[in-house]
Amino acid sequence: MSKKTIITTQNLTRTFGAFTAVDAISFEVYEGEIFGFLGANGAGKTTAMKMLSGLLSPSSGEATVVGCDVYKQAEAIKRQIGYMSQRFSLYEDLTVDENIQLFGSIYGVKKKELADKTEILLDQLEFKDQRKTLVGALPLGWKQKLSFSVAMIHEPRLVFLDEPTGGVDPITRRQFWEMIYAASAKGATIFVTTHYMDEAEYCNRVSIMVDGKIAALDTPKNLKKQFNASDMNDVFLKLASTSKIRAI
Amino acid sequence: MPDASKIMISIQQVGKTYNKGKVQALSNINLEVAKGELFGLIGPDGAGKTTLFRILATLLQPDSGTATVNGNDVVRDYKAIRSTIGYMPGKFSLYQDLTILENLEFYAAVFGTTIAENYEQIKPIYSQIEPFKHRRAGQLSGGMKQKLALSCALVHKPELLLLDEPTTGVDPVSRQEFWEMLQLLKESGLTIVVSTPYMDEARLCDRIALIQKGNILSINTPQGITDSYAENLYAVRSDEMYRLINDLRTLTGVSTCYAFGEYAHVAEHTAIGLKKEDIQAFLLKKEHKNIEINRTPATIEDCFIALMKE
Repeated sequence: MSKKTIITTQNLTRTFGAFTAVDAISFEVYEGEIFGFLGANGAGKTTAMKMLSGLLSPSSGEATVVGCDVYKQAEAIKRQIGYMSQRFSLYEDLTVDENIQLFGSIYGVKKKELADKTEILLDQLEFKDQRKTLVGALPLGWKQKLSFSVAMIHEPRLVFLDEPTGGVDPITRRQFWEMIYAASAKGATIFVTTHYMDEAEYCNRVSIMVDGKIAALDTPKNLKKQFNASDMNDVFLKLASTSKIRAI
Repeated sequence: MPDASKIMISIQQVGKTYNKGKVQALSNINLEVAKGELFGLIGPDGAGKTTLFRILATLLQPDSGTATVNGNDVVRDYKAIRSTIGYMPGKFSLYQDLTILENLEFYAAVFGTTIAENYEQIKPIYSQIEPFKHRRAGQLSGGMKQKLALSCALVHKPELLLLDEPTTGVDPVSRQEFWEMLQLLKESGLTIVVSTPYMDEARLCDRIALIQKGNILSINTPQGITDSYAENLYAVRSDEMYRLINDLRTLTGVSTCYAFGEYAHVAEHTAIGLKKEDIQAFLLKKEHKNIEINRTPATIEDCFIALMKE
């Protein structure tokens, strides 16, 4: 793996009134890696992700994402990344086909190219018979796979996935991760959050946020060694228990 | 079959469809839950868990079949059931602009009781949020909201607690705390039915039903379910996980291969009798590095995957 960075942050901070949601985090994400961004509920993950994807301005600190400054070039960041939120983000009352056309157009994919991509995408997902189906009628796991494909339609170098597999059945959850592997193998950088600790093992590197700070960052193997833990769940429990704001 | 006085929930041939019969939410479900049991409904989104809860909570009538809660029929005797159950829906449904105390007082009043009258029942959980009782529910952390919702579901001293996905979207630490609370409640004699998409939580239940697309795949103790796993299972790893999985799927004798944390679980048709050495030789030929192969006991998730494939 090349060590070219695609995300660099330096003391990145965001406060809401007296509350510091993200507290001077400094880290790097390398081009092409699968980066797991973990933390307890309320640790600051979503706020950090919003800043990195150009949706929220930081209070202080620096960050560069896909070569763009998060303060001055937020719009350029949004155009170059893919984003899939934890709540399903396609239009339920549009068909599979219509959703692909809509998001493809929003991301400026050319008409001819979009038509070709749509066929490939539907083929890969084995969705050909579903193209006229309303997205609202699809099972959750299918929606999530479609949502990921749509987030990748403009071939972004970097994609943010916010809890993409919550509630998804065990087979589809693994198929989803195989889609992530495939995208990564083609060179895309994946930035992903999850509450399934087995999925943390599938990442090249993992960071764990506690109380707005990055409390640990390394490969799953090294983290397990560092915390003398049998698995990533154990690592997580050991780190999250150090939280000060998590009194109850 | 245990005698009727020990049965809390009895479900027979229950079916339910939505959208004028187009969506089969539940098909011919049969299930019994004994008094004092901690029973888990384990299955992904769309399995029918919420529909089953809503039928038991008398909020929805089944299309077919019968269900009873403590001997009362869910359709005929719905009033009797409502006062004896505590139901915590999947979506946080307390009043965000009322305080902790106001929410709890409201729920107590609805059931014609008071906090003081049932304080002992809610104490193990409520005492943890009581110092903040004047804080509005909308301003609470996820963990505190959960404790409040559970306190509200318990304040009228129900015999049966129905918890619909209380841990979905919740981080591992809060999930662990929640299950510790359930153990406390179980010890007080309460019958609890809890649903979850997290398969690792299944082993914390007395018995579980694995449920998928409106059908029950299996009902047993967690141990009973893993013991009945029929195939040989190997945990395999090498330096290239993605390639490893794809390669192993092409090996004759392998029925399924999926990632399980840092290992790939390889299920093998027992009829063929694939040996550890066969897998080793195959992977060496495919030039995998740092190969590790061990026999491994099946987890609930392995069993679920095997049952889904049937």
